Amino acid sequence: METLLSKYKTVKEEDVKVWFKAASVDAFPKDGGACVKYKDLQIAVFNFSRLNTWYACQNLSPEKQEMVLSRGMLGDHKGIPKIACPLHKKTFSLLTGENLNGDLDPIATYPVKIEGENVYIGFSD
Amino acid sequence: MKNIIVVGNGMVGYKFCEKFVAQSGNEAFKVTVFGEEPRPAYDRVHLSEFFENQDAKALEMAPAEWYAENGIELITGERVSDIHRSKKTITTVKDREFSYDYLVLATGSSAFVPPIKGVEKEGVFVYRTIEDLEGMLAYAEKVKKTNPNPRAAVLGGGLLGLEAGKAAMDMGLEPHIVEFASKLMPRQLDSRSSQVLQLKLESIGLNIHLSKATNQILGDKAITGMEFGEDDVLDCDMLIISAGIRPRDELGKTCGLEMGVRGGIVVDNKMQTSDDSIYAIGEIALYNQMIFGLVAPGYDMAGVAVDQILGKTESLMPAEIDMSTKLKLIGVDVASFGEPFMPASKGHSVIFENKTQHLYKRINVSLDGKSLLGGILVGDASDYNMLHQVYLNGMAIPEDAAQLILPATEGGAFGSALDLPDTAQICSCENVSKGQICGAIKDGSCEDLAGVISSTKASTSCGGCKPMVTDLVNETLKSLGKTVKNVICEHFEYSRQELYGIIKIKKLTSFNEVLDTCGTGHGCETCKPLVSSIFASLYNFTPNKEDVTQDTNDKFLANIQRNGTYSVVPRIAGGEITPEGLIVLGQIGSKYNLYTKITGGARIDFFGAELNDLPAIWKELIDAGFESGHAYGKSLRTVKSCVGSTWCRYGLDESISFAIELENRYKGLRSPHKLKGGVSGCIRECAEARGKDFGVIAVEGGWNLYVGGNGGATPRHAELLAEKIDNETVLKYLDRYLMYYIQTAAPLMRTAAWLDKLEGGIEQLKKIVIDDSLNIASELEKEMQFLIDAYECEWKQAIENENTKKRFNHFVNSDDRDDNLVFVPMRDQKMPEHWKN
Ligand code: SRM
Ligand SMILES: Cc1cc2nc3c(=O)[nH]c(=O)nc-3n(C[C@H](O)[C@H](O)[C@H](O)COP(=O)(O)OP(=O)(O)OC[C@H]3O[C@@H](n4cnc5c(N)ncnc54)[C@H](O)[C@@H]3O)c2cc1C
Ligand code: SF4
Ligand code: FES
Repeated sequence: METLLSKYKTVKEEDVKVWFKAASVDAFPKDGGACVKYKDLQIAVFNFSRLNTWYACQNLSPEKQEMVLSRGMLGDHKGIPKIACPLHKKTFSLLTGENLNGDLDPIATYPVKIEGENVYIGFSD
Repeated sequence: MKNIIVVGNGMVGYKFCEKFVAQSGNEAFKVTVFGEEPRPAYDRVHLSEFFENQDAKALEMAPAEWYAENGIELITGERVSDIHRSKKTITTVKDREFSYDYLVLATGSSAFVPPIKGVEKEGVFVYRTIEDLEGMLAYAEKVKKTNPNPRAAVLGGGLLGLEAGKAAMDMGLEPHIVEFASKLMPRQLDSRSSQVLQLKLESIGLNIHLSKATNQILGDKAITGMEFGEDDVLDCDMLIISAGIRPRDELGKTCGLEMGVRGGIVVDNKMQTSDDSIYAIGEIALYNQMIFGLVAPGYDMAGVAVDQILGKTESLMPAEIDMSTKLKLIGVDVASFGEPFMPASKGHSVIFENKTQHLYKRINVSLDGKSLLGGILVGDASDYNMLHQVYLNGMAIPEDAAQLILPATEGGAFGSALDLPDTAQICSCENVSKGQICGAIKDGSCEDLAGVISSTKASTSCGGCKPMVTDLVNETLKSLGKTVKNVICEHFEYSRQELYGIIKIKKLTSFNEVLDTCGTGHGCETCKPLVSSIFASLYNFTPNKEDVTQDTNDKFLANIQRNGTYSVVPRIAGGEITPEGLIVLGQIGSKYNLYTKITGGARIDFFGAELNDLPAIWKELIDAGFESGHAYGKSLRTVKSCVGSTWCRYGLDESISFAIELENRYKGLRSPHKLKGGVSGCIRECAEARGKDFGVIAVEGGWNLYVGGNGGATPRHAELLAEKIDNETVLKYLDRYLMYYIQTAAPLMRTAAWLDKLEGGIEQLKKIVIDDSLNIASELEKEMQFLIDAYECEWKQAIENENTKKRFNHFVNSDDRDDNLVFVPMRDQKMPEHWKN
């Protein structure tokens, strides 16, 4: 059976088949995030402007399976950029999806590119 | 290469592996572990936590990868079925054969199920493995569907039985403990302490049935009750048997090892069985004619077996084994140590009993009054660690031994934890001594508590010794002249108070500025909200100014609920509301289909609002004259009032008017933690003002002002700051007190905890607030006045600004709502469906 969690699988840059145009750069707050809808997926996209880098991951917190990660807080742990879930502050690496303060399964991450004024997220289908 | 085979991957089998890989000389061996259970070893001691989150991984002693990384082959889900001693091999249920040079039996025990008629019925469980718990949870859900008031019985009133009773209660079943003996925890408690414990347990909802012998279990297919005597029946829908343990010694029996008469494999002080190449450790081992049903001795046995196999033959199991225990049931303190029952010929007992408080303490002292032999604590086991240490180390006790247990005298009868001898065993599970803990700090290998815990493993098992480990670390740091520094997080090497000062002096106004001026890295969920709170306290910045550094509730100006929707709480100052106001609230709640409830803070809360709807809801509220209630902020919540002299026949002053004035004065005030107030019209105290951060009570001749009260997790009554003062003086003192708290408290520290930590306590606070001993009073008042004048309703700001409103869209690229939300009906309203895991 396809569960909610199993819909989210990490996509590597080299496996991208579709670059989905999500929204314009200024729709995303600096050093904050927002949620993007792609087909039936919810993707959290972060504009980590202190690092001048963008990240994307599933919006679904793996702990209680609520769609909230885009509302979480950005930060870093020993240099690893991370997102803290707003519900119980579980933190996840934005590089690998790894749960940094517990042993939840990693979350799926997606490549992001900026072209012109727009933000694109990479999917494999 | 020699082969070691470990049979059983439970707590002790795992500990053997852990100690083995940590020892030198292990390279010459290959370790293979067989476990019958489907998963790697987990923490059985904390099994009950599985009920809270059903997270089996959280209980793992080490993940499966750990074994591989350390060169250990772990084979789970495969039971060892035979030992062939002559050819030194074992076979498993899958008929695979493996040879060994050393065999370590760590098969533990199983729950003992007494041969009562009907125990095979559906709904009868034991309490030993994760699978047992999963079975219970599923069965409880099933039972609850057909029976609105289901009951669970627990057979056995020992340590484990009581834990099972609590678990049954947490599963939503009415718990009944059935014990054969005439007292609870018969192995640890005397009858008086058992009676006190019974009162306490009954007060939290456990039903206790003593001196009951169960004849049979009733029901057709599934259990419906238990029968004790002819007319003595207890109806129940589920039964958890917790009547003791039986060692799993089948393997030993069939291969002819020396066995105990009542089971268990006989071992000597090297943990060797009657066959030199076979060791037995943990709950399977019969040592000194005893089976030890606790982890600590099992861990010691694992260490001895490792040493013996590696040729460190001087390592032996001590003859005396400490069986002291502390019950870890939440909310009930019970502990016993040493010799709990003492015949009068061997010593004297000192007993303190107070049934009204469910308190019982007993210590047994040698006839010469010089040493502590044992004792029992019920209701308050906070002195357990220290008493246990005094007992274990044979330390001197006060001339009047009663001082050891009398209700807290100033400073207590104990000196500092540093007075313990270095050999004192602080963590008995992991066998860590005081010397090791303090040594780790002194030799510079560790800098703080976290370091000491990870390097010594102290307090990582049952956690009971954690307070003592913390004390030892802090005291040692102090003795070395190091300050025990509370830094905020990895990004700031400062305490909150220091950072407050830096931001104020340098007039910093954005998070990035602060980070670049005095921090490192890029911030995190700890320092971002903290800095935002300081900005609010200094400049009255609302969360709209820099929303990405706010805690989630502040960011969306609403409390996030467990399904990601939000609650909406308008301010209802002092609890006063017009009928028209109520009607508007009703209309808004109904229009947006919000679950509606009167809160414990005497106002109205709407739940289940979707993010997208928040601005519209607040627009309607604001148009009707309401404003933010700041229920989401670490800020002033409510000032609760009673009706006072406006209506009440006993009222001495107008408490409603004053509560409203205070609430409006401090609304929006952000602080290290939330703030609550109360105003009562007389000492009957219907507003519960003394349970608040500030409380005002009308008396003949003015108001009494109380500060530092708390409900919540650690209740504390507020203390009297000033007596019989007028309205204006109340405001003046409150301004000073609150502002001083805001400037000096640690993050997330309520006024109660802050006042407890303030050197000099309430007397010192009186000097600062009333006598202005620090000469800061006028400064504090000025700062407070600035904040009061700068107040703005942040919801009004948010809905008036198109840019801010965007924050409340669930998607940036679509107007769709979160399609993951599912509500289910409940009574006449709705609620979010239960969490999926
Ligand atoms: C809604 C309410 C329960 C209710 O249905 O009645 C409530 C709900 C929550 N309380 Fe409370 N508390 C509510 C009255 C209380 C009271 C009673 C009172 O204020 O008189 C107390 C005890 C008094 C006290 O605080 O001293 C109370 C002590 C707590 C505590 C423990 C604080 C402590 O110092 O130990 C927390 C946890 C915390 O703040 O860290 C807490 C935290 C919470 C949180 C914020 C938990 C969270 O983070 O989600 C809940 C948010 C619900 C929401 O989304 O609105 N709530 N909470 C009450 C709202 C009052 C209001 O109108 O604003
Ligand atoms: C709910 C609960 C609460 C507890 N609370 C405390 C407490 O607060 N303090 C305390 O000190 N102790 C407590 N205990 C007791 C503690 O858990 C045990 O003392 C400890 O687990 C014993 O460890 P062990 O490795 O000897 O046995 P176990 O942990 O039982 O492990 C034995 C393992 O061997 C496996 N096995 C058996 N036979 C074979 C075979 N033939 N082949 C392969 N595998 C086999 C079993 O399946 C099991 O996994 C508690 C126990 C329970 C159930
Ligand atoms: S007591 Fe307060 S924090 Fe706890 S569940 Fe109830 S509302 Fe939530
Ligand atoms: S739901 Fe995300 S951490 Fe709990």
